[in-house]
Amino acid sequence: MSASAFNRATPYIFLLPAAVVLAIALMYPVGYMVWASFLNWNPSQRIGEAEFVGLANYARLLSDMQFRESLTVTLAFAASVVSIELVLGVGLAMLLDRKIRGMSVLRTLFILPMMIAPIVVGLMWRYMYHPTVGIFNRTLKAIGLEPVPWLSDPGWAFVSVVIADVWQWTPFIFILSLAALQSLPSSTMEAARVDGATRFQTILYVKLPLMMPVLIVTALLRMIDAFKVLEVILVLTNGGPGLSTEILALRISRTASEFRELGQAAAMSNVLLLLLMALTAVMFVYSKFTEMRSRRQVA
Amino acid sequence: MPKITLAGVTKRFGALEVLPPLDLDLADGEFTVLVGPSGCGKSTTLRMLAGLETISGGEIFFDGRPVGALEPKDRDIAMVFQDYALYPHMNIARNMSFALRLAKTPASEIEKRVKLVADMLNISHLLHRKPSELSGGQRQRVAMGRALVRDASTFLFDEPLSNLDAKLRGKMRTELAEMRGKLHKNMIYVTHDQVEAMTLGDRIVVMSEGRIQQQGSPEELFKKPANMFVAGFIGSPSMNFITAVLEGRGQETFAISPGLCVPVPSSAAEAAGGREIVVGVRPSSIHLEHPRGIPIELRVVVSEYLGAQTVVAARTPDGTEVLVEIASGRRFCAGEAIIMQIVPEDILLFSKESGLRI
Ligand SMILES: Nc1ncnc2c1ncn2[C@@H]1O[C@H](COP(=O)(O)OP(=O)(O)OP(=O)(O)O)[C@@H](O)[C@H]1O
Ligand SMILES: [Mg+2]
Repeated sequence: MSASAFNRATPYIFLLPAAVVLAIALMYPVGYMVWASFLNWNPSQRIGEAEFVGLANYARLLSDMQFRESLTVTLAFAASVVSIELVLGVGLAMLLDRKIRGMSVLRTLFILPMMIAPIVVGLMWRYMYHPTVGIFNRTLKAIGLEPVPWLSDPGWAFVSVVIADVWQWTPFIFILSLAALQSLPSSTMEAARVDGATRFQTILYVKLPLMMPVLIVTALLRMIDAFKVLEVILVLTNGGPGLSTEILALRISRTASEFRELGQAAAMSNVLLLLLMALTAVMFVYSKFTEMRSRRQVA
Repeated sequence: MPKITLAGVTKRFGALEVLPPLDLDLADGEFTVLVGPSGCGKSTTLRMLAGLETISGGEIFFDGRPVGALEPKDRDIAMVFQDYALYPHMNIARNMSFALRLAKTPASEIEKRVKLVADMLNISHLLHRKPSELSGGQRQRVAMGRALVRDASTFLFDEPLSNLDAKLRGKMRTELAEMRGKLHKNMIYVTHDQVEAMTLGDRIVVMSEGRIQQQGSPEELFKKPANMFVAGFIGSPSMNFITAVLEGRGQETFAISPGLCVPVPSSAAEAAGGREIVVGVRPSSIHLEHPRGIPIELRVVVSEYLGAQTVVAARTPDGTEVLVEIASGRRFCAGEAIIMQIVPEDILLFSKESGLRI
């Protein structure tokens, strides 16, 4: 091997161990899952004994009304929580992006919900949503209003799980947005003030576009999480009433443990994975596109 | 084009007092240059005028109207920031047109003005780039352009040419000087560069440690500096200061230092208020020959050839360094002893204690 070829290969040689570890740690489970989705596999069998059924699991998903229902619930859930959390989190960050005394204490308070284990969050909210002794209905009653069937009505149950998720995860977006805001160059904001921008215009035309890369990543992380959320809903409603809050993760876990159809569950997981990858790709393309457009703009 | 008045304006950052009470009157349509060493409070003053920095005391008036509590956008100002402060996500054209777009200027008008200013600043070919794709000097010109496309009544410039090469700086200086004549706007201009200050300013304000040392026309500052600080700051190469001892000889008084003997008017000798006095001489006031010159004994240390001029660094017999700027022609060797002539009218005298000119 010539010296220059060797020099060029050096970085790859250094990368090799990491690549191998990554391949095993990441590709093996994913590969396993993909393989499992082609099998009719019962948990009592070893994987070798399972019958190969090709795309049958996927074909069944297409006609499975319950799967479709759960997919719709998941999409609705993810879209609602991510958009509400983004608006609230970014809005809060905008409001609190100033020098106030005790700001660091306030910030710590804000991120507390994020630190609580999801199971505990679920239990906590279940008590608060309790039809008779929960704080919400007692308050409603005290001010003379009708109690709300938080978890027992399909429509309300969906709202309730959204509220709980918003409560837990808005701080995440808040913290990241605040960090993004505070790392913006202050003199650029000053330039906007001199150029005649109102507070609102500064936010709209300067701050938000500059925060966009962070916001996109944040939204993506939240989106991925929202697609996979399980514990809180499991504790709060266990998917009910009916299928009104049965998100995909719950359906998958049920299919695997209750219905004992591992192949089917793997196929569902793969659909979820593909969906997430498609979303990520769309967001990536979109941000590239806006970047290109801003370059071409004239005056 | 308001008349701007600063009345006892002070600025504190926490316990640190950056500006002691500052009084300044800027006439309508005047080009004012703030000069001073780094950290003397020039940017702070400018930012208070812009409304970006609160004022800790006193008040600023535009045409007699207090503006201390007004937002920048209500002060009708445009500003060039020392660190450019461009909008990183907008291309250059959008950067320059941002204020106009906010003001809902018609698109055709915006395009016309951006083009005009971009041509003037030589950045037309950069309009589609992002700020991160420009050199420092190009960014600086964009920052300048962003202010100039606006039709504000007061322009604030914070060292707008500091990153340009000498040739471009010269060109921009000329452009600015020309614009100053045409526009009849208030311009307040901060710089380190006293050539810029001298060529652009109707009025120069020399600051040091937050205090105004002197303000006046370029000639006034050059010919009649109020104190040693201003004398040393204005003019390049800077003025030579030689400490001398006052001595009466018969009717007359002389300031005597090794190798130099300068006659001092009796009034000045009294004003000196001590036995010592400082003699200030500009490098350009020392010649090889002069009919009525006052001789000074020097020993050459080095000479720097600058083309038409040569700057000679020399020392008096007691070691005080003296710079001499003379027309090139004669060569000087290191260590050479030489007697030069000081133009008597150009000698300035300063009190040793207070530093004030007498
Ligand atoms: N935000 C701040 N907090 C504390 N001190 C500050 C702040 N801004 C400026 N200062 C201090 O105020 C003084 C004046 O600063 P200023 O920026 O006005 O100087 P300047 O004359 O513009 O200097 P330069 O020529 O280097 O730009 C400096 O001593 C600086 O350290
Ligand atoms: Mg400055």
